[in-house]
Parts: sequence; structure tokens; C-alpha cells
Amino acid sequence: MSLELKNLYDDFRDAKTIKAYAKIINEDAKKLPKSINIMEVCGGHTHTIMKYGILQLLPKNVKFVHGPGCPVCIMPKERIDHAYVLAMQEDVILVTLGDMIKVPGSNGSLQDARSKGADVRFVYSPMDCLKIAQENPTKKVIFFAIGFETTTPMTAALLDVVIKKRINNIFFHINHVTVPEAMSALLADKDNKIDAFLGPSHVSVISGSKIYEEFPRDYNRPVVVAGFEPVDVMQSISMIVKQFVEGRSELEIEYKRAVNRDGNLKAQELIEKYFEKAQNFRWRGLGDIPKSGLKLRDKYNAYNAEVIYNNILPKEPIDDHKLCICGDILKGKASPPECSIFGTACKPTSPIGSCMVSSEGACAAYYKYGNLI
Amino acid sequence: MCLSIPSKVVKIDKENNMATVDTMGVQRDASLDLMSEGDVKIGDYVLLHIGFIMNKIDEEDALLSLETYREIIEAMDEEDKQKAILEDDECQNRDA
Repeated sequence: MSLELKNLYDDFRDAKTIKAYAKIINEDAKKLPKSINIMEVCGGHTHTIMKYGILQLLPKNVKFVHGPGCPVCIMPKERIDHAYVLAMQEDVILVTLGDMIKVPGSNGSLQDARSKGADVRFVYSPMDCLKIAQENPTKKVIFFAIGFETTTPMTAALLDVVIKKRINNIFFHINHVTVPEAMSALLADKDNKIDAFLGPSHVSVISGSKIYEEFPRDYNRPVVVAGFEPVDVMQSISMIVKQFVEGRSELEIEYKRAVNRDGNLKAQELIEKYFEKAQNFRWRGLGDIPKSGLKLRDKYNAYNAEVIYNNILPKEPIDDHKLCICGDILKGKASPPECSIFGTACKPTSPIGSCMVSSEGACAAYYKYGNLI
Repeated sequence: MCLSIPSKVVKIDKENNMATVDTMGVQRDASLDLMSEGDVKIGDYVLLHIGFIMNKIDEEDALLSLETYREIIEAMDEEDKQKAILEDDECQNRDA
């Protein structure tokens, strides 16, 4: 048979296949020596797991810990305040991806800034900045760049065009973060409850599965790189369970149709050309993680909004709310309903902690699909 | 955030390094800046993310997965059938 586009949608969401995998997982799990906790690192997987009710299909000894892989959720307030301050400048158009609209900083969200007269644009693609810059030659267009390895090359590609076409009114505020450093930081906590990882889909498309090789090797934690569809997730869980039953700890790829060991080399070259590791990035919910963020290389300072606007950007880190237990949720020590403010003071419309901020966060997913649990 | 859309390439504009892709009936333009020159061809399946083609979907691997799924469903159906027959054999009230 040949592949049709609809196969890529329908067949990877097929209820019968999901059921078949549930059966296999339940059979295999009877042979597990002890119960296992799998962390899905990526918020896209959290969403799939909750949307398709995957937790209800699993045996009691296969549990999930919902990871920090939601770039909007982990954005610390002080960086949202940066966006706010930049947006409030008279001659600035602040451009960012739609996910950022409602995220509250200490002065409010970017939506609030807009209601106060700031020119904030939410775009589908970073390349939309080119048109905005062309149409507004007297304004400075600042692209507030967010996301993991998946979206980093797109920011680099925009900068590449800006330099090649000598566009002089596009600047960058970089908030790109990297997945493996966060995974290591979680494992560094001795009380973590993570036994295995479901590897992100599209981070791995860009970076390749090679970025996870250290986890089975150095930490004895199996990793299975999984696609985003529910069948992908079920098959990957089955692969992880089999590893534990057979006493293996390996890096495997379930999402073979899109991921290989090396990833997209052209994208990696672009990232390498324009970015370097930042000393530190402060994750909302997890705190400081060394080398987990990227910044523009010094030679591109002329495009770096953080350098250009250094004197007006707030520097003080802002602590997470005292009652918020996102840190413990991300480490698998607690689940969202155990939080005293879950669903009461902290809701998707008025999030207090990182996990409630976007639909990819664990708390927001529990809030939305909670009737299934 | 990191979700992307499987799409089929229907047109390539070499001059601007752009492709037109079809996503279940919706056509849109996507940048080829993250792909090596000549790597993407008309008819290829690709993943589209925030305006860029981020890679090609390997048809052979996708078909292999679908084949695996067919097999495990068949195995499950066969098992269910056997179970139904066994249950039927054990039925005490067959003549009732």
C-alpha cells in the first residue's frame, strides 16, 4: 500500500489500536517487579495523555509524572516583565507567538499591555516579523522568542534573513531553553520519582535522539522517543514497560517516521551559528538550571534586545508563589489535585503557578480533563 | 507549542525557497530554510511547524508502523475470538 495523508492522522489515533496496546501493556505490566513512573517531558504529550484518557487505560503499576516541557509554563515572571516593559516603549512593536498572550507577569500579561495601548502582535510564524518590519519602518520590531529546541532554528532562520537582507529594525529577545539539561536537573534531586522518560517528539526531530544517550547510560533511565498521536504514546509506553520487564535500560525511538539519531543537521548548524549556551536559565517551578538556556552570540549584540535595552529591563528574579507546588509536581512528588490552591485560587483563567499557565501544563490539563480522572 | 502538522508538498518555489503544502485540504506556504537544498520534493510528506518545514516524514517507517498496528489488532481479534469460543464451550445452559 502507499501512504495517504489521512493515514498519518487517522491511523495513529485509531481506537482499536489504542485498545490493543492497552491490552499488551496490561499483560506485560503483570511481570513488572515494582511499579514504574514514566515522565512525559513534553507538554504536547501531557495534552495527548489527558485528552485521550490514556491514564485510565493503564494498569495501577504504570504511572505518569508530568514534565516541565511547556515553554510558556516555565517562563519566569521576570522575563514576561521584560516583554511587558519592551512592549510599553513608544517606538516598539513586540512580536511573539500566540501561546504567550495570557501569561501573567507582575504587571499583567501581554494582552493587558495591549489594552493599555502597547503594540503587541501575536503571530503564527517568526517570519511574519519581516512583513511587520517592512510596513513599519520607523518602528523597532522586537521578536520575543520562546520555545525549546523545536522553535529555536526558526528564530535563527529569521535572524539569518535579517542579516542577509540588512534589515535594521528587527531585534530579538531570546528565551530558548533546552530539554536534556532540565531532565538532568530533575534527576539530580535524590527524591525524584522518575523511572523512565517519554522523549519529546519535535525537539527530537531537530536535535536527534542522540541528546538523550546519557540517560540510559549514566542514570539507568530508559528513554523512548514518542510521537504525539495517542497510538504513538501507547506504543511507547508499551516499549518502556517491556524494557523494565526484560531488565533493559535503553534509548529507543518509537517515532521513527520523523526522528533519527542525528536530527535536522541544517537546523542544528543555524542554531550553532547564532546561539551559545547561557550561563543559567531560571525555570518557573524548577528554579535555576545551569546551561539550560540559549543566548545570541556576542557578535550579534546589535540584534540583541536584552543588550540594547539593558538599562530598562528588570533584573530581580521573582519567586514562585508560596502555596504553589509546581516544583514537586514536575518532580513527580505530588499530583495537581494535591495542591491546596488547585482549581480554587489557581485556575487557567487566573493561573498562579507554572503548570496552570498553558493547556500543555499538568495542572491545566487536569483542570480541563479532570472529569476523566 | 511543539505540535506540528503532517502535510503534503504540492508546489516548490525555488526562487524564494518556499513550498506550498496541503494539510487535509488546506493549502499554505512554508519556508524551506531549515531543509537542505533539493531535499524536499513535490509529493513528499513533511512536518510543518510555525511556518517552516522541519523535516520529511519517512514513508517506509510510517507504513511499517501501520503494518505493526494491523498485526497487533489481528492478534487481539484472534484472541477475543478464541476466548468467545472457550466461553461458549463452558456455557452450562446451552440447551436451556
